[in-house]
This record gives sequence, structure tokens and C-alpha cells, in this order.
Amino acid sequence: MPFFTPSEDPGSNFPDLLKRIGLDPSARPIEGKLLADDLGVPHATTCVALRYDGGVVMAGDRRATSGNLISHRTMEKVVQADRHSGVAIAGSAGPAMEMVKLFQLQLEHYEKVEGSSLSLEGKANQLSAMVRGNLPAAMQGMVVVPIFAGYDLLRSTGRLWDFDATGGRYEERNHVATGSGSLHASTVIKVGFTTDLTRDAAIDLAATALWEAADADSATGGPDALRGIYPVVAWIDSDGWERVTDSDLAERYGRIIDAVSERVVGS
Amino acid sequence: MSMPFYVAPEQMMKDRADYARKGIARGRALVAMRYQDGIAIVAENASETLRKVSEIYDRIAFAGVGKYNEFDQLRVAGIRSADLKGFQYSRDDVDARSLANSYAQMLGNIFTHEMKPMEVEILVAEVGREPDADQMFHILYDGTVVDERDHAALGGDAEAIRTRLTENWSEGLDLAGVVAVGVAALSGDEREIPAGDLEVAELCRGNGRRCFHRLSEADVLALLPPS
Repeated sequence: MPFFTPSEDPGSNFPDLLKRIGLDPSARPIEGKLLADDLGVPHATTCVALRYDGGVVMAGDRRATSGNLISHRTMEKVVQADRHSGVAIAGSAGPAMEMVKLFQLQLEHYEKVEGSSLSLEGKANQLSAMVRGNLPAAMQGMVVVPIFAGYDLLRSTGRLWDFDATGGRYEERNHVATGSGSLHASTVIKVGFTTDLTRDAAIDLAATALWEAADADSATGGPDALRGIYPVVAWIDSDGWERVTDSDLAERYGRIIDAVSERVVGS
Repeated sequence: MSMPFYVAPEQMMKDRADYARKGIARGRALVAMRYQDGIAIVAENASETLRKVSEIYDRIAFAGVGKYNEFDQLRVAGIRSADLKGFQYSRDDVDARSLANSYAQMLGNIFTHEMKPMEVEILVAEVGREPDADQMFHILYDGTVVDERDHAALGGDAEAIRTRLTENWSEGLDLAGVVAVGVAALSGDEREIPAGDLEVAELCRGNGRRCFHRLSEADVLALLPPS
């Protein structure tokens, strides 16, 4: 059981606790010239987040690729961070998953030790520090660029942030996209976005954005009706995180497919 | 050269134990009881902010009586130990028994080696997936571990409270029933504890991953029989 003198106490900081007992995951220096591409490290792709009138919607496709191979079809890149926030990741899957795991743990650890949750801004800051800590790995090609979104209970509104590989933290007003298909996805959202979007419309817009990204970017996976694999779509409002069910998504994608086929083939 | 007085080891241990017991007896008590959905912990605590009962891990709660700063230190150490174990292995590998053993080691060490023993008594409770697997460990200031089956009483006047619990507690109570038993056991016949001085928390099997739930004052008022 870890016990510290007052001057060495890591407080409510879990990564600092790991460091103090010699388990710091980022402490291992990576030497040599091996790059992520040579290692065949799986890569996660497109994720989006957008605001609606009562919170935020987050969505991400399920595909992970290594070079031109599909390495996983069911990866979950949009995950709940705690009750009122979620994180979506694009980039090298291994370090990203580890980062998310540590991030979730840190939020819960803080909440238990302090007896109250971190503010949403505090959570975004914490994630920014973790992305910055990954910089040495990023320089070898293992870049992790997350999106962080949540419902700010102090301000009663949804908020979202994106990050760059150096830990730069940018709050976006309405929508954000990351990953290889982000150009297509964010264009769809940009065109379809209005400030009075309802939750239902926001979910539809996110699903359409992922459809268009998958249509134009080979690394982004579309809905896979054959295997029953659909993107992860979730919303966060004052009641917390809720995931859209696969059957609901199957219905929405059915409508999107009809609309697209009408557009490209004609009825 | 002056020689320190010889003190027999028996006497030294007895003095330390008396010291710790006196400190603990000054504080107010708490009880923990099994009920149909898990484990309920009821504490008499005038403070709204300095908690006696708190969450350690998904299925594990901590409760302490005695000196606040000392059991709070133990609480934080327990959260760290549990979170580290869950991080290194898996969430399923974190259990109350090993946590209770670590606490016992630590308290035992402090009792024999430090200037003063910790004036605390703590409880580590774990709600099982089935009622049979519910566990409660009561750990004393000197590291003694007591494995409690149905209910536990910690703090000042614990003997009398335990007797009242044994009389009134029964298998299969619901939350309201078990809280009423706990409050009656804490207060005895002579006095009444106002709802604002009660700290109530439960480890509820149906709460999802994190079973710990702290009841607000309004929740407690709604549970207690109207007086």
C-alpha cells in the first residue's frame, strides 16, 4: 500500500502516482530509428463531435488499418471518459488506447480522492498534458490526436475540444473532426450544421458525416450490415453519457443509403 | 549516564492500546449492514463535508471512525492501492480481502513502531455479485482484522450498538428497513439523531459498474419513518 510523506504526496494525480512508484508508462525512452509505419502499428481513423441545443454528439467509425490492410473491424474509438464526458481518438491505436485508459482512471481517481469531479475544462487540460507526454512517441510516428467533448455542468452547455500532437488544446464552438477522413466528415457537418440542431438531427448529421468519410477515405469504415457493425455514436447531456443503439443506427443508415442511392442512381 | 526506565512490553502495548481506544471512543459511531441489494453504511456525522464513508473501487467502500486526518490518510492510500492494482492487472482483480490485509499490515506496523498508534477503526466492505459473496472487514487500530458476516459496528459505544444490531437486524431487509435498524442502533432509546447528522451510503448490486452511492439528506429523510 503506497504511503507518502506530505512533501512527496502525489495528491489526486494518478499519473504522478505512477511516476512516484516507478510505473510511469511514458518513462521508457524509445531509441533507434524504427518508425510506426515499419512496425505495422494499427491506425485508428475518423471521429467527429458536434454540439446540439442540449449537449454534444460524438461519433467514430470502427476500422483500424495497418498500411493498406484492415487490422480491426470493431475498434471502439469513441469512449466514455466519465459520466459527463467522452473522448474520441485518432492515430496510433496502441498508445491511444493506453492514453484513454489512463485518462479514464485519472478522472475517476481524482473524483474519489477529492470527493468531487474535475471541471470539464480541468479534464480537457489533463488530456492535453497526456497528449504532450506522448510527444516522444509522436516523433516516431505514433501520433495520438484525440477529441474531447462533454457537458459542462457549471455552464449548462456542451463543449468540445480538439488537440494537436504537441498537446495544443483548442476549444471549438460547434463541431470538430479528427483522423484521416476528417476533411470529408467535417465538410458534411459544416454544411449541415445549424445552431438550433436537435439531438436527433445531430445524430443523423454525425452518421451522414461518417458515411461520406467512409465513401471517400479507404481507411474509414462504413456501416457493415453484413456483420452488424455500426459506428459508435453517443450523446452527452445533463443526464450523462448515452450510446445510440445499433438497431437505431441500422435504421438511420437505411435512410441515409436510400437518400444516397436516390441522389446517385435516381429513383 | 541516565538509563531509560524499563517498561515491560506488555505494559507498553497496553498503554498504546488504551491510548488508541480512548481516542476512538471519543468519536461517534457508525454501522454497516447487509441488506437485500448489497451493503448499507450509516454513520453519525455532524459534518456535511468531512466524510466518514467513501468509495474505494467499483464494489468496495471504506468507512472510518476516530481521528479524521488519520483515517482519511488510510482512505486515500486504499484508493491508490486499488486503482494501481486495477491499472496493472484488471478491474476484476481488486478485492476487499487483499485491501484489508494491506490495511492490517500498515496499522500493525504503525502500532508497534511509530511514536503513537493511529486512533482509528476502519471498515472495508465489498458487495458481491451474489448476496452470499458480500464481505465486510473490520480493522482495529493495532491491525487486528475481524471478518464480519451480517453487520458491523465501529467507534464509541460499539458494544451496545452491536447488541442492538443483533437484536433488530434480519436477513432480506430493504434499504429503508436496514437504515431504520442502523439509525435505531446508533441512537439507542434515549435520544434521536436528526437526519442532518446522518451520513448514509450504500454499495448496491444494481448500480452498474460503480456500486457506491451516497444518499443525500433528502434521500435519507424520505427513507426514515415519519416521527
